[in-house]
Amino acid sequence: MSQLILARLQFAVTTSYHFLFVPLTLGLSVLVAIMETMYVRSGDETYKKMTKFWGKLFLINFAVGVVTGLVQEFQFGMNWSEYSRFMGDIFGAPLAIEALLAFFLESTFLGLWVFGWEKLPKKIHALCIWLVAIASNMSALWILIANSFMQEPVGYVLRNGRAEMESFLALITNPHVFYQFPHTVLSGFTTAAFFVLGISAYHLLKKNSPEVFRRSFKIAIIFGAISVFGVAGIGHLQGIHLVQAQPMKMAAVEAHWDTEQPAGFNVVASIDEQGQKNNFELKIPGVLSFLSYNNFTAEVKGIKELQAADVQKYGPGDYVPSVTPLFWSFRIMVGIGSLMVLLVLLGLYFWKTQRFEQKTWFLKVLLWSIPLPYIASTTGWFMAESGRQPWIVYGLQKTASGVSTVVPAGQVLTTLIAFTLIYGVLAVADVYLLVKFVKQGPDGVATESADNVAKGASLWT
Amino acid sequence: MDLNILWFILIMVLFAGFFFLEGFDFGVGILLPFLGKNDTERRILINTIGPVWDGNEVWMITAGGALFAAFPNWYATLFSGFYLPLFLILVALIVRGVAFEFRSSDRSPQWRNFWDWMIFIGSALSAILWGVAGADLLRGVPIDAKMQFAGNFFDLVSPYAILGGVSTFLLFTLHGALYLSLKTEGEILQKVQKAAKKIGVVTVLAVVVFAVMTFFETDLLANNGATIVLLACALALVLANIMARSGKSGWAFISSALTIVFLTVSIFWGLFPRVMVSSLNPEWSLTIYNASSNPYTLKILTIVALTMVPIVLAYQAWTYWIFRKRITSKDLHY
Repeated sequence: MSQLILARLQFAVTTSYHFLFVPLTLGLSVLVAIMETMYVRSGDETYKKMTKFWGKLFLINFAVGVVTGLVQEFQFGMNWSEYSRFMGDIFGAPLAIEALLAFFLESTFLGLWVFGWEKLPKKIHALCIWLVAIASNMSALWILIANSFMQEPVGYVLRNGRAEMESFLALITNPHVFYQFPHTVLSGFTTAAFFVLGISAYHLLKKNSPEVFRRSFKIAIIFGAISVFGVAGIGHLQGIHLVQAQPMKMAAVEAHWDTEQPAGFNVVASIDEQGQKNNFELKIPGVLSFLSYNNFTAEVKGIKELQAADVQKYGPGDYVPSVTPLFWSFRIMVGIGSLMVLLVLLGLYFWKTQRFEQKTWFLKVLLWSIPLPYIASTTGWFMAESGRQPWIVYGLQKTASGVSTVVPAGQVLTTLIAFTLIYGVLAVADVYLLVKFVKQGPDGVATESADNVAKGASLWT
Repeated sequence: MDLNILWFILIMVLFAGFFFLEGFDFGVGILLPFLGKNDTERRILINTIGPVWDGNEVWMITAGGALFAAFPNWYATLFSGFYLPLFLILVALIVRGVAFEFRSSDRSPQWRNFWDWMIFIGSALSAILWGVAGADLLRGVPIDAKMQFAGNFFDLVSPYAILGGVSTFLLFTLHGALYLSLKTEGEILQKVQKAAKKIGVVTVLAVVVFAVMTFFETDLLANNGATIVLLACALALVLANIMARSGKSGWAFISSALTIVFLTVSIFWGLFPRVMVSSLNPEWSLTIYNASSNPYTLKILTIVALTMVPIVLAYQAWTYWIFRKRITSKDLHY
C-alpha cells in the first residue's frame, strides 16, 4: 500500500476513533452542569447523586477523548507535512487559539471540579463544570473553524507558494462554520441525550434508583428533543449551502450523475461508478431540487457536468469522490436521524402522559438506541471528509500533495498498526469501565464512596 | 522587536512552562512504583498531581499549536523528521493519560498494578524522549535545501542525544521528588526526601557531562548568552541538591524548576535565530524567518496570546492555591 493510502487510513482511524468520545463530552458536560445547577438551586440530594453518577461516566469517556486528541494535534505535522507547510499560516492559528482559549480552561476547571467537591463553595463548584462545558464546546468551534477552511477556503491569498491568511475575520465568519458548528455541537448533545436516555431506561426497567433515573430521563428527553430537531433542521440548511459551496460533494452524495430539472431524489440506487450511471434507482421526483434549493422545480447539476467544469477550472484530473460509500453513508445518517426524531417524539409523548415507565418495550428500544447517534456522526463525518476528495483543501491543494514526503510507508504502517492496537485496548478498558459503573448505578457509586470515606478517603474513589 | 522573535520567545516560554510543570508530573510518575509500596501510598502520590497534570499537559498542546501557527515549516519539518520519537511520545502520553483515570476506577490489584506501570512507562518514556529531541535540535540533523529532513531514525539517536534523554529523565525525576517533598507528609515524605538526595547526585553528574558534551557537539559555546544560561542551569542544579540536603524543600524545588527553565532557555538561545539546525549545510537551517507564518498571522496570534496567557496563568495559579495543602490518605480522589 502506498504511503498516501496509509496516511489517509491512519487519519481516518485516529480521527473517527477520537470522535467517538468527543460528542458525548460536548453534550454530557452540559447535562451534568444542568444537573448540578439543579442541585445547587434546590439542595435536593437526588440531583447531587445524578451529578456524581453521570459525572463519573463523563470522566471515563473524557479521559480517552483527551489522549486521542493529542494524536490529532501532531499528525498534521507527522503525516501531512506538506499540507502543514501549505496551510500552516491559516490552519495553525485556530489550533493554537483552541488550546489557549479552550483546552486550558477545560482541563484546569475539570481538575477543580473533580477534586474540589469539599474544597470549593457549591456555587463555584457548579461554575467549574459549566466552564468545562463551555470550554469543550468552544474547542469544537475553533477546530471546526479550521475544518471549515478545508471545506470552503475564505480570507486567504496565495502567496510564496502557500495559502496565507488575509482576513482573520473572514476565517472565523466562514459561512460553512455557521452550519457545521451547530450541526456538530447539537449532534453531540443528541449523543449525550440518547446516552442518558438509554442508561436511564436500563435502570427504570430494573427499577433501580427510580427517582434518579426518572429525573435524568426527563432532562434528557427535553434536551434530546431540542437537539435532534436542531440537528435535522440545520442539516437541511447545510445541505442547501453545500450545493453552492461544494456542488461535487453533494452530487456524489446523491449519486446524481446527470443534470436534471427538476431533480429527483434517489432513495436507493445500484451505482455503477465506472459507467457513471445507476443501474437501478428508486427516485422521488422533485425532492432533490427541494433539498438543494428549497424549491421543487430547480435545476440540480450532475456529477458529469461538474467534472467537466472542474477540468476547465483546475486542469485535467478526476474530481469525483467515491460515490457509493458517500451515497450510503448519507442515507444511513439521515435514516438514523429520522429514527431519532421519531424516538424523541414518542418519548415526549410518553413522558407527557406519564406512561414512560410502563412502556417497557420503549425503554428497551431506548437502551438499544445508544449507538444510533454514534453511527450517525461517524457516517456524517465520513461524508464531509470523504466527499471533499480529491482535495485536502477544497480547490487549493489535493490530498496527494499534502502528505509528508520524507516518511517511509513502513513507518506509517507501523504507527497505524500501533495506534489501532492501543486504541483497541483503550476501547475495551473504556467499555468495561462504563458498563461496570452503569450497572452499579448511583447507589453503587455512592456506597463505594461511603466505603472510602469510612477508610478516610474523600467522596470519589 | 519583530514578531518572529517574539513568537520564538513565546514558544520557548510554552516549552519551559511545560517542562517545569509537566516535569514534576513525569517525575512523580517515574517514582510511583518505587516510592509507593502499597495502594494507599500510590494513591497519595498520584493525588499530589491529580487536579493539575492535565492542565500542565496543555502547555505542550499549546506549544505544538503555536509551533504550527507561527512557524509552519518548523512544525512540518520537525514532526515529519522526528517521526518515530514523536510517535513514541504520543503513545507514552496516551497510556499515561488514561491510566490516571482508569486505575482508580477498578479495585482489582492486577488492574491497578497494570495502570501504575503504564503511568511509569508513559512518564519515563516522555521524559527521556523530550531530552533526546532537545539535544537533536541543538546538535543539528540532516536537513536538505528544501527544508526536508534527509536522515533516518539513527541520525536521531546519537550518544549525545541519548545523554540528553538520560539528563532530562533524571532531572524530571529529581524535580518530581522535590515536588513530592512539598506535597506529602509522614513516612512517605521521608522516603521522598531520601530518594531526592540519591537522585540529585546522579543528576548533577549526568547534566554536567551533558553540558560539557554540548560544548563539543554543538556550537553553543560561540553564543555567550546561551553559555551563561547553561552554566546557570548547572549552578541551579547544584543549589537544588544543597537545599534538598539541608531540608529546605521549597528552595530545592525552586532550584530544580530554575534548572529546567534555564536548560530550555539555553537550548532555545543556542538555536536562535535558527529553529532547526541543518547538519548538512548551515545555509539550509530553518530560521525564525524562513520557517514563519506571514506577519499578519503573527499579529493576530500575538493579540490572542497577549490577552489569553495572563488569564490562563491566573486561573492555573489559583488551582495550585486551592490544592496547596499536603496530600494525606484523607484526601484521595484517584
